[in-house]
Formats: sequence, structure tokens, C-alpha cells
Amino acid sequence: MKRWQRFKSSYFLYSFRRDPVAVSSFTVFFLLVAVAFLAPVIAPFNPYDTTIIDIMDAEIAPSWMEGGEDRFWLGTDIQGRDLFSTMLYGLRTSVIIGLGAVIFQAILGISVGLTSGYLGGRIDAFFMRIADIQFSIPYLIVAIITSAIFQLAFGVGRFEQMAMPLLIVIIGMSEWPKYARTVRASVLGEKNKEYVEAARVIGLNRRIIMFRHILPNTLTPVLVISTIQVAQAVMSEAALSFLGLGMPITKPSLGSLINAGFEYVFSGSWWITFFPGILLVVFTLVIILFGDWLRDVLNPKLYKG
Amino acid sequence: MDKSNHLLTIENLVKHFDISGGLLDQLSIEKGRVKRHRTIVKAVNDVSLFIKPGETLSVVGESGCGKSTLARTILGLYPPESGQVFYRGDRIDHLSSQQMLPYRTKMQMIFQDPYASLNPRMNVERILEEPVIFHNKSIRSDEVTEKVAEVMDLVGVDPKWSDRYPHEFSGGQRQRISIARALMVDPEFIVADEPVSALDVSIQAQILNLLMDAQEKRGLTYLLITHDLSVVEHVSTRVAVMYLGCLCELATVKELYNSPRHPYTKALLSAIPRLGVRQPKHIRLKGEVPTPINLPPGCVFHNRCTYADDRCIVEVPKLLELPSGTFVACHRVEEGRLD
Ligand SMILES: Nc1ncnc2c1ncn2[C@@H]1O[C@H](COP(=O)(O)OP(=O)(O)OP(=O)(O)O)[C@@H](O)[C@H]1O
Ligand code: SF4
Ligand SMILES: [Mg+2]
Repeated sequence: MKRWQRFKSSYFLYSFRRDPVAVSSFTVFFLLVAVAFLAPVIAPFNPYDTTIIDIMDAEIAPSWMEGGEDRFWLGTDIQGRDLFSTMLYGLRTSVIIGLGAVIFQAILGISVGLTSGYLGGRIDAFFMRIADIQFSIPYLIVAIITSAIFQLAFGVGRFEQMAMPLLIVIIGMSEWPKYARTVRASVLGEKNKEYVEAARVIGLNRRIIMFRHILPNTLTPVLVISTIQVAQAVMSEAALSFLGLGMPITKPSLGSLINAGFEYVFSGSWWITFFPGILLVVFTLVIILFGDWLRDVLNPKLYKG
Repeated sequence: MDKSNHLLTIENLVKHFDISGGLLDQLSIEKGRVKRHRTIVKAVNDVSLFIKPGETLSVVGESGCGKSTLARTILGLYPPESGQVFYRGDRIDHLSSQQMLPYRTKMQMIFQDPYASLNPRMNVERILEEPVIFHNKSIRSDEVTEKVAEVMDLVGVDPKWSDRYPHEFSGGQRQRISIARALMVDPEFIVADEPVSALDVSIQAQILNLLMDAQEKRGLTYLLITHDLSVVEHVSTRVAVMYLGCLCELATVKELYNSPRHPYTKALLSAIPRLGVRQPKHIRLKGEVPTPINLPPGCVFHNRCTYADDRCIVEVPKLLELPSGTFVACHRVEEGRLD
């Protein structure tokens, strides 16, 4: 309760409420995530249920257009699935992969950055060189090789089942150095402060000092890059799916929907690509706008506590 | 020297910092040959002293002379290059952090900057209870709360502020909280590294009085680091004077202020105005303080000392106990040619 009181009177909330861009981008983001996770409740159809899909319904135009049907508000895709429902499920898939990849990056990157920065010396040099190497390999190459090997080794069917965790790991692996570097830089600034020496004089062990004392003081920049990283991960996933290396069309993400509809744009069924595309742009845009505001407000030079 | 009678003894303590950077920075080419060149800061050089139970030993010296480094090396925050540290006769400088734990409750530290010495993400209660719980895992939570309130009372911070964060307090109050954290584990020995120099003059006296009160109530022993000579005279039992990482003179306050022996101490004391005492002529030191990277040979003070002679340039003076109980490291004093 006290915390809530404190939060309510904080500078953070005050400047949030005064900034219309922050409020609207956060609201849209929140609504989209809510809608995505409530997809099974909200969506009129279940796009994963093959028994209700009728191929005869394929490529029906949005309901307000000629040839549109009231059943399908935004029309249907090439397999005859309701586009609106499929987009909701697709957004959910994209969000899960995006968040999952960012959590994966963050855990890996924060642990490495914290250890590297606090212990220094050879361990630091070792981890940072690995980070450099990791950073210089484009994730697309990693993704192509990994999925190719996986498909060869386990077969396409198994790949489709495993696509989601695999994408989380691939995208997560490619971006952890960003977290590691950010955290390491903050740790270098914090570790010589007197409160850390005080903790050492008390006799606390390294693990407690690193995680309980230093880590909380390095989280501000982590929070800021996390927003951008979520947007980035969603985009990466879309890019991979667009190249056919991502989610299978049976369990589409926004990217695979865009990909599937792309071939039909010129035959007139533009909506299959257009609506998922708009949704993707809006979703990443609000995250980036919110992240921008967050970076300004959490700037340590302006931060009022 | 009988170490077990002393609370703390240090013998020939040396602490160097290697600031040469990476291997590539260290290499240079001289006369067609690659040479590896290291840059070493000789922060503490061969310092020996002891601290008696219940006393306040002040360490004075100008900025960069190694006072803080000495304090941190004593507490095991920096591993010494050589030399020994004894706590009540037990050697502690080479212990692992696990073996060091029992001594961690006996020795504590108070820091200079009250804005950096408290973790900004922890409220006062967490800051204060952490050391107690860490050293006594079986303690009941009501005992902890009681202890926190007791110590906050002692240092003059209202216990009802215990859920506040450091940034909600003023510098003086933060320093009180910092003192409270040190007192939480019931230590015997406290190292205070310039505990008042970051505070307003009006607050300084309050904090010093708090430290003196706590000393009286709890029988504490202090190692007090400062560069404020008027504070030193007021609060200390004995004073150690450092210059460029070396100990010049160690004497009781009275001896030191009335009859300083070492040329550096003489110069230092001639700079402070004193009431009721015939002021000796202000001794103006010539030359610059050398850097601790290129330590002068012989006596580290020789390039600025008015009494320096040939011996001073080649031979390092040894710390010598005079009949008055004062320790001095100076050839002139040793030869009896300076009083
Ligand atoms: N961690 C470190 N790495 C490298 N050099 C250091 C380190 N700590 C201190 N030094 C150097 O050692 C010397 C002694 O520093 P120290 O902080 O002990 O001086 P001080 O007497 O406490 O000075 P002040 O009165 O300014 O606090 C200085 O030249 C300093 O630059
Ligand atoms: S040893 Fe020589 S140089 Fe050093 S203080 Fe004494 S007289 Fe001066
Ligand atoms: Mg210092």
C-alpha cells in the first residue's frame, strides 16, 4: 500500500500523465497486448481449429467491400480463415516470441554483464570478446543455419512444433550482447561507489553484492533498452517469418501472415497482407514511442527519484 | 611490541596499484627493443603502527598521501602487496573472505561521501537490518526491528523514518544512518574515512560529537582519517602524520602539537593559527609534492625539506621510538641534530 502511495505521488507518474504521447502510446500498447492474450475469448473464430475452416471461404473481401460477408469483418485469408481472428492469434504469437526473446536476452545479458563488470580482469575480457563475436554475426545467418540444421535433423513437422521456442532462442541469442554491454557499463560506474565497499566491509559475499546491491542500481538503462528490444524482437520475428524461416502458416505470427498474403497482393487480395502489416507497424511504433519517453524520464540527469 | 595488547597492529604494510592498463599499453620501443613498462602507484609504503583499545588514532596528511588506501587495506578491501595486519594478535591480512567473517562484525567503516555510501535502492530499514541478519541468521524479526530502532535512536534519527529512502534525507542525517549501519553489528573498532569533510561546517560538530558519544557509550576504538588539523586536536588520542604513503611521525596529540619533531609535521602545524600560543614562524615548503608513481629515493620528503642532506637522498629513514614515546622517521632527529 505504501509503495502504491509513493508511486502515486512520484515524479515518474506525474510526467507520464503530462505527456499525451506517452499516455496514448502506452494505452494502445496495453490494449493490443490485452486483446492479443484474450484472443481465444474475443476472436469470433479459432484459426487453429481446422474443422471449422472451409477452403471455399478463401479470399473473401472485408465486409464493407463488394463480395464481403458479415461473418468475416476483415475478410479471410487464402486458407479461408477469418483474418481478424487470425490476426489476433498472430499478434499473440508475435508478442509471446518478442517478450520471450527479450526475457531470454535480458537474463543472459544481465548475468554476463554483471559478472563481467564486477569481477573484471580475464573473465571480463573473455565475455566481452564473445559478445563482440556474437554481435558481429548477423542473426539472419544464425537463424538460417539453425533452422536448416533443425529441419534436417528432426524433420519439417517437428520444426513446426518447435518453431516458437526456437525463434525465442535464436532472436534472444543474437541480441544479448546489448544487455551485457549496457549492464557492464553501469556496473563499472557503480562498483567503486562507497555503498559497495560498505557491503564488503559487512562481509557480504559477491553474489549478494552483485545481485542485491549493484543490480538494482543498473536497471534503469536496462528498462529503457528493453522497450526498444521488444519492438526489435517482434520485427526480427516478422522478418524471419516473412522469409519463411519463422512460424508456420498453420500457426501464423503477424510476419507469416504478411508473407502468406504477399503473393496475392497483385491478384487483388491486398487485405491479407495489409491489415497484419498495419497492426505490426502500430504495435512496434507505440512501443518505440513509449520507450523514447521512458528514456527521457529515466535519464539520470533529470531523475528526481 | 606486544601485539595482543593492541587492538590492531600493522607491520610494514605496502600497497601498490598497477595502473599500466592492458598489455599493449605497457609495451614501448626503446633503442630498437620492445620493452614492457608498468606504471605503479605506490600508495602505501612500509607503514607500521598499532592502535590501543579505546583510543582514537587520527591519520592526517595531504590529499593523495594514501590515507584512504591505508584504511581500506587494513579492512581487507585491498589485498596488501606485503606486510601484516593483526587484530588482537591474530593475523588477518591473508584470510579468505569466509575466514574473515568473524572479524567483519568487529571492524566497521564509515565513509566520506554520505551520498554514495548508502544504497539508493534500499530504505533505511533494509540498510540497517542487512548486516545484522547476515551475521546472525537465526535472529527473530522482532529482535531485528528492536535493534534497528535502538541504533536509530542512538544516532539521532527518528525510528519512524525507517521506511524512507536515502535521498529523502539531508547529508548530515545520511551520515548518521551510515554510522548507524556501522554500529548495527556491535563493532569494537571503527575506521572513519573523513566522516565530516563532505558536510556543512555547522553539521560537522554534531557528527563528531555523535562519534565521541558512541565511543563513550560503547567503548569503541577509532581510526579517524582527516585532513582537518583542528578536528584532530579536538578528538584524538594519538596522531599519525603521513606523507606520500609513508608514516612520518606518530605521537600523542599533546606531544605532536607542542613539540612536533619531523620537519614535515613542523611545517604542517606552523600553518594553522592557534590561540594563546606563541606562533612559530610559518614554514613555507619549497617544491612540489612528487607523485606516488615516481617516488623519490631516500626520504620521500627530501626535495622539500629544509634540513635535507646527502644521507636523506640515498637512505630511507627508519621509524624510531623516542624517549617521549613519539615515533619519528627522520635522519636528522635520529642523529639528534633537530629538536
Ligand atoms: N583503486 C586505485 N587504483 C589506482 N590508484 C589508486 C587507487 N586508489 C587510490 N589510488 C592512488 O593512490 C594514492 C593514494 O590515494 P588515497 O585515496 O589513499 O589518498 P588519500 O590520502 O585518501 O587522499 P584524499 O585526502 O584525497 O582522500 C593516490 O595517488 C591515488 O591516485
Ligand atoms: S630524513 Fe632528511 S629529508 Fe627526510 S625529513 Fe628528515 S631531514 Fe628531512
Ligand atoms: Mg581519501
